[in-house]
Amino acid sequence: MNEKLLILGDQAVALGALHAGISGVYAYPGTPSTEITEYIQQSPLARERGVYSDWCTNEKTAMEAALGASFIGKRALVCMKHVGMNVAADAFVNAAMTGTHGGLVVLAADDPSMHSSQNEQDSRFYGKFAMVPIFEPSSQQEAYDMVREAFDLSEAVKLPVLMRLTTRMAHSRAVVTPAPSREPNGISFSEDRSRWVLLPVNARRRYSEVIALQDELRKRSAASTHNRYQPGNRQGVIACGIAYNYLMENYPNGCDRTVLKVSQYPLPVEPLRQMMADCDEILVLEDGQPFVEDQLRGLLDDTGKIRGRMSGQLPRTGELTPDNVRAALGLPGIALNEPSEYVVPRPPALCAGCGHRDVYTMLNEVAKEYENSKIFSDIGCYTLGALPPFRAIDSCVDMGASITMAKGAADGGLFPAIAVIGDSTFTHSGITGLLDAVNSKANITVVISDNLTTAMTGGQDSAGTGKLEAICWGVGVEREHVRVVVPMAKNYDEIRRVLREEIEYPGVSVIIPRRECIQTLKRNLKKQRS
Amino acid sequence: MKRDIILSGVGGQGILSIAAIIGEAALRKGLYVKQAEVHGMSQRGGDVQSNLRLSSEPIHSDLIPRGGTDAIIAMEPMEALRYLPYLSPEGWMVTNSTPFINIPNYPDTEQLLKTLKERPRVILVDADALAKDHGMPRAVNMVLLGAASAILGLDASLLEEAVAGLFASKGTEVVEMNVQAFRLGREAATQQVKGAGHAE
Repeated sequence: MNEKLLILGDQAVALGALHAGISGVYAYPGTPSTEITEYIQQSPLARERGVYSDWCTNEKTAMEAALGASFIGKRALVCMKHVGMNVAADAFVNAAMTGTHGGLVVLAADDPSMHSSQNEQDSRFYGKFAMVPIFEPSSQQEAYDMVREAFDLSEAVKLPVLMRLTTRMAHSRAVVTPAPSREPNGISFSEDRSRWVLLPVNARRRYSEVIALQDELRKRSAASTHNRYQPGNRQGVIACGIAYNYLMENYPNGCDRTVLKVSQYPLPVEPLRQMMADCDEILVLEDGQPFVEDQLRGLLDDTGKIRGRMSGQLPRTGELTPDNVRAALGLPGIALNEPSEYVVPRPPALCAGCGHRDVYTMLNEVAKEYENSKIFSDIGCYTLGALPPFRAIDSCVDMGASITMAKGAADGGLFPAIAVIGDSTFTHSGITGLLDAVNSKANITVVISDNLTTAMTGGQDSAGTGKLEAICWGVGVEREHVRVVVPMAKNYDEIRRVLREEIEYPGVSVIIPRRECIQTLKRNLKKQRS
Repeated sequence: MKRDIILSGVGGQGILSIAAIIGEAALRKGLYVKQAEVHGMSQRGGDVQSNLRLSSEPIHSDLIPRGGTDAIIAMEPMEALRYLPYLSPEGWMVTNSTPFINIPNYPDTEQLLKTLKERPRVILVDADALAKDHGMPRAVNMVLLGAASAILGLDASLLEEAVAGLFASKGTEVVEMNVQAFRLGREAATQQVKGAGHAE
């Protein structure tokens, strides 16, 4: 199998994982990571092998299920966007404490410049925090190759391996030549039973073991073919992941600087010492936060040699580009056309015909009847309710925060406190908050805007489809205060009435406006026609 | 040979199909290809773009440096102008002239088109009208691709094969329609390129 494929970085990871012999991929959709799992779901090889690939309810359940697969000796891949690492963090950090048996690779897709995210946190900090190896490919081919190495490394050192992509690697296509595929592992169990039971007595022993492993990990980083020292002049550059490409783009005839390409962590110490001796200044190029730069500078920066985002050579925020890297390298600028005066921003908007539009039209109208009404919203397409023409929402923070923030505000005396959350976000992280609200009889009105899919990431299955009322009843919301409406203009009178009644009810009520996402509806109709 | 191309438009206008076809044709020609896409939130009626790079030499960056773009191919005129600072001084703009107006402050269309016409090396085709007039309203993007083929430096036959390949699963009728749309656009553009005295 040496055909050449023009595939996304995400797809290269997916194919690499399949060919490395995974038994399952565990994930919750999130831009820019979604296409990894989708590729495996559509892969004939995955189907033939029975590779597990259903979407999980959230990143934490995904991480834990993958650890279970690892426990029985199977290889598993976990995928998420960077903020998903926050949700999975409890399981992720402690998976380093238990260690793994079958290979376990955790893929985090970071989104510097926040193209589709609420922050630009850098997942490499999580890898360092959990003290596990980190891989950061610089090309789609390297991404493909590295996944297998990551599984091998995981099985060799018995730790999860973190693989980090950024948006431009995840969502860019290039040619990948696949390697021969290998079979998944059979079932086996680890000889050390106690390390999986993190009682303090076992955890203390494991913590010492993980710390003792760090030297070994650094040695492997130093020996890695993905970390390369290229001697040159006394101006040094450390280029991490895809930053290496932006560097080389600016030297079409070859780079005369001393370059350390970094794609595997923990940082190898020897080549860094070498560069410190060989160079008068060192520019650190890394997409995301100044992870390497910060380690090299420390608080005191007693070398005075380290340049990068913290020193101002590169912008402190936003993704790297060939242009800001060029400026940081001190190369002459390129003459540019002036921007046109006839260009205005074109922000994204809720689709024409989307049910969320009807929900916000009604909410705005009814909320206006109260002096202090606040609408706490959440993560999804409906966050676009913040933009004109609706300007309906007062908050959007993290998955599930709508319900719990409304509860906290209601506890403090706000009325009416309204939460708006999508169906997929509700099952991801809204149910526990709803239970809190029920237990304290909080006076909140929760709107679960149900479009029967995970819409913003492209219409993946939603874990709560067909179960939302039962979940709300089960959590303890009174049956007569779980109301379902169909968000369409012809039902506005009914929706208005239901909203008013449930806002006036002094307790937890849930209103479920339910209508299929207009995008999935169109796609399904198209499928039926063909 | 190097072609750095920015494809631009509004979410849902079909720029990724254009990118896929050019990419496929370039691969068949044995060129290196990189193509950065936009997925996610910005697709909901917002502006979208794709950086497509073709070269006989290995390509480093997934993103095109500013001032280095050889061709902007736009499904919509304002989205062509959005990337002006990325266009090289010798670069071409190939754009559909029918505006996509989904915002209240869309600029004056006449002024917009006048600005475009005043620029050197611009191919302006009414891809919407051409497609509609020939009974293929869903092949607007293939008309535009055909127009762009006049300046891309890739053989039209290679591109047509790639068009056919992309639509093969939908039957010969759909394939033929899209190939015809491609030819319509190519013909419209070839006249303009000759008129501008810049035929390649």
